[in-house]
Amino acid sequence: MKSLRSGIAAALVAISAASLLTACSSSTDDGNPSESNGKVTITVAGLLPTADDAAKQQLADRVASFEEKYPNIKVEPQDYEWLASTFTTQLAGGTLPNVFEIPLTDGKTLIENNQLADIDQYVKALPYGGDFNENLVANGTGADGKIYAVPAKSIYAVALHYNRKLFEKAGLDPDQPPTTWDEVRSAAKKIHDATKAAGYAMMALDNAGGWQLAAAANSRGGVIETFDGTNYTATLDDPAVKAHLEWLKALRWEDNSLLARADLGWGEINAAFAGGEVAMYTSGSDVYNALVESNGVTKDWGYGLTAMPTENGGGALTGGTLAAVTKDSTDAQKDAAVKWIDWWYLSKLQDQEQAVTDAKTRAEADPAQAVGTPVLPIFSEEVYAQSQDWVKDYINVPLDDMKGYSDVMFTQTLVPEASASVQDLYAQLFPVVQAVITDKNADIDELLATANAAGQEKLGS
Amino acid sequence: MGTDNVAALGRRPRTDGGRASAPSRRTPMTWARHGGLTAVVFALPLLVIFGVFSWWPIVSAVIMSFQETNLTDAPTWVGLDNFVAVIEDPLMPQVIRNTAWFALLALVFGYPVPLIGAVLMSELRRRKGLYSVLAYLPVVVPPVVAVLLWKFFYDPRPEGVFNTVLAWFGLGPFPWLSNATWAMPSLVLEATWAAAGATVIIYLAALVSVPAELYDAAEVDGASVLRKVWHVTMPQLRGVLLITLILQIIGTVQVFLEPFLFTNGGPNHATETVMLHVYNLAFASLGNNFGQATALSLMLAVSLAVLSLVYFRATRSWSQS
Repeated sequence: MKSLRSGIAAALVAISAASLLTACSSSTDDGNPSESNGKVTITVAGLLPTADDAAKQQLADRVASFEEKYPNIKVEPQDYEWLASTFTTQLAGGTLPNVFEIPLTDGKTLIENNQLADIDQYVKALPYGGDFNENLVANGTGADGKIYAVPAKSIYAVALHYNRKLFEKAGLDPDQPPTTWDEVRSAAKKIHDATKAAGYAMMALDNAGGWQLAAAANSRGGVIETFDGTNYTATLDDPAVKAHLEWLKALRWEDNSLLARADLGWGEINAAFAGGEVAMYTSGSDVYNALVESNGVTKDWGYGLTAMPTENGGGALTGGTLAAVTKDSTDAQKDAAVKWIDWWYLSKLQDQEQAVTDAKTRAEADPAQAVGTPVLPIFSEEVYAQSQDWVKDYINVPLDDMKGYSDVMFTQTLVPEASASVQDLYAQLFPVVQAVITDKNADIDELLATANAAGQEKLGS
Repeated sequence: MGTDNVAALGRRPRTDGGRASAPSRRTPMTWARHGGLTAVVFALPLLVIFGVFSWWPIVSAVIMSFQETNLTDAPTWVGLDNFVAVIEDPLMPQVIRNTAWFALLALVFGYPVPLIGAVLMSELRRRKGLYSVLAYLPVVVPPVVAVLLWKFFYDPRPEGVFNTVLAWFGLGPFPWLSNATWAMPSLVLEATWAAAGATVIIYLAALVSVPAELYDAAEVDGASVLRKVWHVTMPQLRGVLLITLILQIIGTVQVFLEPFLFTNGGPNHATETVMLHVYNLAFASLGNNFGQATALSLMLAVSLAVLSLVYFRATRSWSQS
């Protein structure tokens, strides 16, 4: 009896040990599951986890037609939402899809960290591989001149968003939005005095606060980082950064026209604006899409969009989404991945039928999603104009109230993101914005000196 | 067979071997026959789960703290560079100060409150259960939900919930989370509310074990309620009090949830604690500083271990009643 029990026990041990070994080794066996029988499987970033059924069906149809065109490629979409924290976790765990999206902001950093695959040869082999807007594709290009990520989805410049109804209530002409920061200040004060709503608000919760401060500094002719060909130098104490903080301080503590909240991130400030708490704020030019999608803003809400106020030769900071490929993808997967990037993100900008299908789906969704929000062209201005023309019957955004931006979007000076450790620099800047909003006696010089020293530390001295 | 198994589980192989009269008979076969193997098999799932989900991450973290990684390529060894970078981090002194401030405030408010609550509740003659439930309720509320609720209460505008209530008494409005001085006490207030219930239950259980004769004797001697608490309850609870104190210190030094969800460490780093800094190092800079994050976690773990050792050494004589 005992020996029988020991025998069973020994067998159990053997089974457990074997299953453990299998579990441990399965990850190495996975190396090339994608290329058996000549068929390549790729996982791709799909929709937001909150996407509705109509959008899911549209994606499924696109996948089916892609697989029909390329019978040797199997595409498996995964829900995807870019967040710095989840992205890092997925990167560490090796669970990123082969094709994934990253903000334009982070392209340079990820390339510099060697975290993206080199897809140069596959991108350049596309029929329009050489036609990308150079300023944009630069964000996905490494120091070696190779392409690691391509502009996808919308590309935008930071712009000023305003509430036309609050402008009217304060006796301001909503068709003449401010074009300088002084004008923004005076409009903000008038709006606050007349309506009690905050005239202006600033993101400050997280890195987005640093992003918007950098954008404001760019608009005042400053930068937060310089590169001399060998070394990067943090310039968080640039006079333009300081000027904007002084400006915010004046709005907050002299005019009382700045919303007294230091806990607004990208989503929170959209909510505050849509709720009528704030008359003006800066964010990407395509924020209208999110305001419609998440905050219930409609065409007759009174939304206005105008160009970033500028002075001292400053310009508008650009941003948007890049598509990239994981480093552990095989060559066949990289090839398939770029074919998918072409199919899902880019061909609708080049192909009338696909452009119309996409616009129709968005416009006919319930509730309707925004079609026609002005964004920067991924290719040339002509290609952009052409694609807008294809979908003109479906455009449902208040284009007339966006003229302040759309009239100058092709002519305004565009400023690319800083190229090294951008998120680290933003992380140094947002606490300074918080200090200015929450502390009347904040010493801007001292705060910036500390932030700059820490920023330089991140860049390497 | 069932009792046999139970006996096998409860017995260590060594004692099993000791039962055998001749040491020469202690071969692997006899060990297996006497149930050693069965014990291992039963323990295996636990060991595997514990090993994979607890010990392996700890070992990995120790290894990573000496490495630099971009999370895609093979990591490189960098010696003590990560530790040096953490020590030289200009934000470190403030992060440590913030954590100590949170722990101190949590101790000052959070330590006596459950004790007072438990003593009062144990004095009640009726509806004891109801008050226990009420005290424990905040522990049942999911922490994220609780924080979001409190964030709503902490609205700094005069029409915010707390500011409205305080205005009835002519107080406020207070800036709560949007002011560097107020932010930390605001976090502690919520954390105390959220955690007190669990400690109250521990104290209530301990209070039951205090012999009633001691109170009777004290009463005969004419002791007031306060003197009974001070001279009878407190000494009897000494062991429990010392344990909850060190548990509270360890818990509060590792605070993450409140600063992360309430303020993200702001305003201007005023609520950035060590654990939140670890998180930011690891995740906010796209994996650039993963090594530093693990180095800082390791340093925190070692500090807490040393603190616990010193604490138990220092209080050894007190806890033996």
